[in-house]
Amino acid sequence: MITDSMAPTRPTSVEELETVTVRFAGDSGDGMQLAGTQFSNASAMFGNDISTFPDYPSEIRAPAGTLFGVSGFQISFSSKDIATPGDQLDALIAMNPAALKTNLADLVAGGVLLINTDAFTESNLQKAHCDSNPLEDDSLKGYQVYRVPITQLTLRAVQGSGLTAKQSERCKNFFALGLMCWLFDRPLEPTFSWICEKFGKTPALVQANSLAIKAGYAFGETAEIFATQYRVKKARLPRGTYRRLTGNEATVLGLVTASQRAGLPMFYGSYPITPASEILQELSRLKNYDVVTFQAEDEIAAMCSVIGASFAGSLAVTGTSGPGLDLKQEAIGLAVAIELPVVIVNVQRGGPSTGLPTKTEQADLLTAVNGRHGECPLPVIAALSPADCFTMAMEAARLAIKYMTPVILLTDGYIANGAEPWRIPRLEELPELKARFVPPRSNGDRFQPYTRDENLARPWALPGTEGLAHRLGGLEKQDITGDVCYDPDNHQRMTELREQKVQGIAGDIPLQEVVGPEQGRLLVLGWGGTHGAIQSAGEVARDKGQQVACATLRYLNPFPQNLEQIIRSYDRVLIPELNTGQLRALIRAKYLVDAEGLNKVKGRPFMIGEINSKIDQMLSEVSS
Amino acid sequence: MTATAPELMDLTAKDFASDQEVRWCPGCGNYSILVQVKKVLPTLGLPREKIVFVSGIGCSSRFPYYVDTFGIHGIHGRACALATGLKMANPELSVWVATGDGDALSIGGNHFVHMLRKNVGLKVLLFNNRIYGLTKGQYSPTSEMGKRTKSTPWGSVDTPFNALSVALGAEATFAARGLDSDPKQLCDVLERAAAHQGTAFVEIYQNCSVFNDGAFAHSHKAGRAENTLYLEHGKPMIFGKQRDKGIRLNGTHPEVVKLGERVSMDDLLIHDEKAPEATLAYLLSRMCRPEFPEPVGVFRCVEQAPYEKRVHDQIAAAKDQLGPGSLEKLYAAGETWAVE
Repeated sequence: MITDSMAPTRPTSVEELETVTVRFAGDSGDGMQLAGTQFSNASAMFGNDISTFPDYPSEIRAPAGTLFGVSGFQISFSSKDIATPGDQLDALIAMNPAALKTNLADLVAGGVLLINTDAFTESNLQKAHCDSNPLEDDSLKGYQVYRVPITQLTLRAVQGSGLTAKQSERCKNFFALGLMCWLFDRPLEPTFSWICEKFGKTPALVQANSLAIKAGYAFGETAEIFATQYRVKKARLPRGTYRRLTGNEATVLGLVTASQRAGLPMFYGSYPITPASEILQELSRLKNYDVVTFQAEDEIAAMCSVIGASFAGSLAVTGTSGPGLDLKQEAIGLAVAIELPVVIVNVQRGGPSTGLPTKTEQADLLTAVNGRHGECPLPVIAALSPADCFTMAMEAARLAIKYMTPVILLTDGYIANGAEPWRIPRLEELPELKARFVPPRSNGDRFQPYTRDENLARPWALPGTEGLAHRLGGLEKQDITGDVCYDPDNHQRMTELREQKVQGIAGDIPLQEVVGPEQGRLLVLGWGGTHGAIQSAGEVARDKGQQVACATLRYLNPFPQNLEQIIRSYDRVLIPELNTGQLRALIRAKYLVDAEGLNKVKGRPFMIGEINSKIDQMLSEVSS
Repeated sequence: MTATAPELMDLTAKDFASDQEVRWCPGCGNYSILVQVKKVLPTLGLPREKIVFVSGIGCSSRFPYYVDTFGIHGIHGRACALATGLKMANPELSVWVATGDGDALSIGGNHFVHMLRKNVGLKVLLFNNRIYGLTKGQYSPTSEMGKRTKSTPWGSVDTPFNALSVALGAEATFAARGLDSDPKQLCDVLERAAAHQGTAFVEIYQNCSVFNDGAFAHSHKAGRAENTLYLEHGKPMIFGKQRDKGIRLNGTHPEVVKLGERVSMDDLLIHDEKAPEATLAYLLSRMCRPEFPEPVGVFRCVEQAPYEKRVHDQIAAAKDQLGPGSLEKLYAAGETWAVE
């Protein structure tokens, strides 16, 4: 990637690494999310496996320089297959004192620390509650500190491109990006083409941002302060064409794919809520894919509109996050009662109440499984990683249509915003989806809306079809006829039928896979977005010679058929979750197993090391 | 729309009767509404299966069970939201909402105003009986101030909603009032609603014979001529048994005047349901007894493309401009790279 004109002016030692984790940290107005995203793109396109973790405050523009206004973007890139954005940072770029203060603890001892010295003013130090200037005291001893006047250097680089002083200063994230690209030998081309596409209409911005990134790169190369440049070789990924995908983007692609494969127009009714809004925004751009998007007046209307659209024969989907799921629950109950297919994507965030809108948590499992009044069963599934959202969004649609039921797909803020490389599938690799509508009839017989097929699904009979007029409703219905019915035995029977239908899905989903020994001392069992950390911890443990197996569930209701047998094959079961023990409660209730929890609710994903510590502790208890 | 099959023209009210036993109380105003709706449905020129009735919860919301079309008996307050999704997904259907004063104006108030603002192509019949009937007699958002009910034993201290004022404030393109006690008038209004593109809102004065009997007694046959004003587009506003009274505008205030030497027809307000602004319709909606006769008929009827049409026009335009979507293109959007 280094062209002749950019050839180093002095020899620099090059160190080869397998995996590197870096974080861009700055003020929420400093453009750190953008710099991090571009760095990820460059790494992915270079051929590394990547995993990202954007972490930003819920305030749109928190007061500049404050601790709570710090925005960070972490990325891990590797020459091997990786599943998490890394526990500790090998390099941190801190754009101001607040960013340094809030992020330094995550930097590994001896790690690379790039600091924008221009931002270390008296006022910024005060806003970050620094008693002394960390550039002048001993607090940064133990790290490889590089002090760079990033603001000044950026202003100088973009001089003459016709921007105002303020606009010029805002290019500093590109300078920082350029510098990081040099330090880790990343290509600049992907960012150049992105800049041209994004700012094409304003040539001055194209010029300035390109100058800033080049200046950052050149600074790394020529300023004789960097002793080492780091390289991470390409990863050995399966052959194919790849793109980088966040979980929310993957959900969108999965839903559109399901709609196209099933030949159903899609109706997405939703109310904006963090961190699910991107799904609405992305889908609203895809009108030529027969996607109708409806930004409803509230969460309840969003849910009800999709029920109406489902009745009319659309692939009906809504997306939300915790507070919205609460509001939708009554209408979800209606969908259960009238047995219409609906997909509900719940991008989990920290709760209760408004909670932590931009932070991740897995605490909506019980409300997804049990959170409606009455006996109100529905399938609940979860995605394991950003790219897995594609697969599970399609799966949610498949189950909804086949079983005529609402389905809740749980993702979370961590995988929704995080990104990883995604191998673009060939169309023939994608699952078939089939919607069966009742054909018109003119024999005059009364249509019976509550007959059932071999899967206990009732027929999907669309308004507009001759001879099928019928009424659905939330009142209990008579088996077969669908008439309102208060008969005691009928209610018992209908309640059992609804439950049997959902439990029957267990025979139609993949058996649970286990990584590691088939039996042994410890099973680490998790679900959803903690998959990466759990599987990575399992690898670490087995490398140490520990007899540890890992299983991460995608199917939460019903559970896979072999789950009980798996659980009984190990002496002990550990269930790490980003909640206070919700899967554990379900597993204990269902299998009477004394599973142990590792529970964290800090708005952050698990670190691999946290899980390994617990594994070590449990194994030592077994042996003692 | 496809050509109407000849046998459709032969549909009668009977063809729309479902096999379900009607379970409203004896003397309930809903019976009259059901009869008139079943009379209007055959005039739509649509087969039964193209018609859908959607409701929420309440006495009014049992309506879908009693018409032999498609239907959803939904959850409390959400009929407008359910119907919006249905109509957007299939604009060819004729979608009717049966709702009540509690369902539409209390628990479902948000959906009601946003449906109107968007002008979704739904026929919305609000059965206003000024009481909660199904829960057995609590006051509703249209109950008068001071009304004594089971939940207001000392009298209501709430200012009530005026359903038409709310609808007009929410940008209704069609707003009308019908009387359960005047079948012909109700039928006329329903026919007008059926013909409107966009949200057609009809408030129906409906008598609850058990919990609020006589709430609209003034509009019953005996007092009707003196106490109601039948609106006719382009006609002066006249009422009274002798057709000797009218409505005149005094500044910005309407007043009741007696036709005679001093006041002629030319002095009276002329009804204009097509006025681009809803000002006149709103003014009429505020006219209440005992000061004024209460207007019935069509208050406002203006043309505006219905919401679902605008939505689907945009989709068609996107397809024209971008071509139909292909999954390969969608997947390859953004930057891609090959791994050999």
